[in-house]
Amino acid sequence: MIILWTDALIYLLVVMVAMLGLYMRGQEHLRRPWRKVTSSVIGMLSLVVLLFFVSIGLLDSLHFKASSSSNEIISVLDYWATPLREHQEKTYSAPFSAYLYNKELMITESGRQSWGYPRLVYGGRHLQDPCSEKVQDIAVRLSLGLLKGAGLFMVFFVLLWSLRRDRQQRLLASTAARAVWLMVFVISCTTYALIDLSGYYHVLGTDKVGEDVFYQTVKSIRTGLVIGTLTTMIMLPLAILFGILAGFFRGWVDDVIQYVYTTLNSIPSVLLIAASILMVQVYMANNEQAYTSVVVRADMRLLFLCLILGVTSWTGLCRLLRGETLKLREKEYVQAAQALGVRQGMILFRHILPNVMHIVLISVVLDFSSLVLAEAVLSYINIGVDPTTYSWGNMINGARLEMAREPVVWWSLAASFLFMFTLVLAANLFADTVRNAFDPRRAEHA
Amino acid sequence: MIQYIIRRLLYAVPLLIGVNVLTFVLFFIVNSPDDMARMQLGQKYVTEQAVQNWKRQRGYDLPLLWNAQKKDGGQITETIFFQKSVGLFLFDFGISDSGRNIGADIKQRMWPSLALALPSLLVGLLVNISAALLMVLFRNSYLEVGGIVLCVILMSVSSLFYIIGGQFLIGKLLKLVPISGYDDGLNAIKFLLLPVLISVVSGIGSGARWYRTLFLEEVEQDYVRTARAKGLSEIRSLFSHVLGNAMIPILTGVVVILPLLFMGSLILESFFSIPGLGSYTIDAINRQDFAIVRAMVFLGSVLYILGLLLTDISYTLVDPRVRLS
Repeated sequence: MIILWTDALIYLLVVMVAMLGLYMRGQEHLRRPWRKVTSSVIGMLSLVVLLFFVSIGLLDSLHFKASSSSNEIISVLDYWATPLREHQEKTYSAPFSAYLYNKELMITESGRQSWGYPRLVYGGRHLQDPCSEKVQDIAVRLSLGLLKGAGLFMVFFVLLWSLRRDRQQRLLASTAARAVWLMVFVISCTTYALIDLSGYYHVLGTDKVGEDVFYQTVKSIRTGLVIGTLTTMIMLPLAILFGILAGFFRGWVDDVIQYVYTTLNSIPSVLLIAASILMVQVYMANNEQAYTSVVVRADMRLLFLCLILGVTSWTGLCRLLRGETLKLREKEYVQAAQALGVRQGMILFRHILPNVMHIVLISVVLDFSSLVLAEAVLSYINIGVDPTTYSWGNMINGARLEMAREPVVWWSLAASFLFMFTLVLAANLFADTVRNAFDPRRAEHA
Repeated sequence: MIQYIIRRLLYAVPLLIGVNVLTFVLFFIVNSPDDMARMQLGQKYVTEQAVQNWKRQRGYDLPLLWNAQKKDGGQITETIFFQKSVGLFLFDFGISDSGRNIGADIKQRMWPSLALALPSLLVGLLVNISAALLMVLFRNSYLEVGGIVLCVILMSVSSLFYIIGGQFLIGKLLKLVPISGYDDGLNAIKFLLLPVLISVVSGIGSGARWYRTLFLEEVEQDYVRTARAKGLSEIRSLFSHVLGNAMIPILTGVVVILPLLFMGSLILESFFSIPGLGSYTIDAINRQDFAIVRAMVFLGSVLYILGLLLTDISYTLVDPRVRLS
């Protein structure tokens, strides 16, 4: 068991979210908007998709040493996907193809040389004659996988149904609940079918060095999630603390904090990130002995990236919170607390903080998708994650020249597009639902 | 008014000093010039002599803040901070690590950046506002729901895919415009069509949604209801009342980014190999040319602060309720 820095922070974050959830359970004014979220079909569907992505990311965050002899660090997800990881071809191959992308000089059994597409080492190697058998084989395996997925879902569902006999009605009561079950069904079927098929084929093809694209894009999920969540975790304390202090105390505290965030804001964020990442690179190059393993080094760089993104992105939320606190401190209940001699720290904690929480929540979910998108752009400019880290940005970066090939190598781009789009779309839709539920101005209309 | 502008300009001075000190700390104190030299020359097999030469050629061999060996003010002027950072205030960007004059480069590369950024901004503004107006005009209908869904979908696609997809579809398959490149004068137009189109399309999602919320806030105001009650058609009230009043946030939102247009677009320019400031910056980042990155950081913050100033001034011009204080 090896705990990388980002792993530790991710699990810390999970614990914090769980604690926040417990706290919110007890607060009626926070439960009401949540009920609105849970009754929204789109919100719940996107939440299911998000949770699915998160669970993959969490599986990918439990690292251990592959074996006591080697120095390789792998995660639970890597362990499960060992066939995918080890099915390395020579170079490109199209999705579900049994042949290589490039022509090669082959020597047949009779000793003659011929020029043609060689068979893949792993993809479709169980087929005798791929041309005639492939379509049928794929169809059979696909339907089998779908059936198994459906079966798994049914077992799970029946188990739940019989265990929660008292709550049976509620399981299927609302449209949102039925939609959630449908979504879980779809996800479990497709996942099972994909897992089944990926053992025999390269479902999304292979890239230039012959690595399975499906594996790469699944591994990229963790990177996207880490960037989206850890950055928020770093940004939140800064934004909340400074925003509330500036709004509450005003005077010179306000001046100093405003000065700091205007200065930071005025530096173009891409350039600040670039400058910081360059510095990190220099630092790491000078302290090579501290980063023995590639995984550890890539992980440090990922953490640094989150840190820097956090430092550049807290200013927006800080300004919002400052404005809101300025309004809140004139409210009667705050003045009453002051008149009664409540300590200032207590006022901040009991009266101001809970009343700006909805702004914090809304901006957290809104920022998530833009951070995932930003990662891709930064990786493209080479100031994002480490080149050895699996990420959608690195996939796009590696694949952008492939569109010029003939025939077009489209699968790397398509794979990263598909997964990234799904994650960001789900995040955007969920963010909209949360905002509609928690924003008091919007809540009035609905 | 002039007094107000002068006061705002003075307020910008501490900000610029802050930016300057921050970049100085980042580039020279967190990592010493020795580290940079080793990074540039290759990590391990570098002689001490080569490092010293590299530093002397670029003027990094001076002490950081205080030169104790010099006299008569030389203690301050003969330092890295004075030579490399103070010059930025006078827009003297110095020489890049590869030996080119940064100021001249910037002057030359500013115009292609502007030629791309300005049309993108204007066309984008027009398209976004029209789309938002349409959605508001047909509010509470399936057309609006469809529009919002489309916006969210467009928002969820990474800008990189718009670029790659656009280049592939329009440049390679349809062969309507060249895939990338740039030319002087009017010949540039055919190279600029595609990047402008792509930047407009990739901005529609978030832009139209943003303007829609602006318009919706105005639509619910009393004066719009009154206008409708006295018999004004929906379209008239939308254009004369809603659009007119929403112009204030729209205008100020545009003004703040106006100076930053000079900086160009990092990704678009490098994808379409347009020789603007954006691709200049990216090249510098990839070559790890710290002098250029430092100059661009400073230039960017100057332009941002200028944008803030222009915003405040434009507020007072378009909204008579705002008084200078």
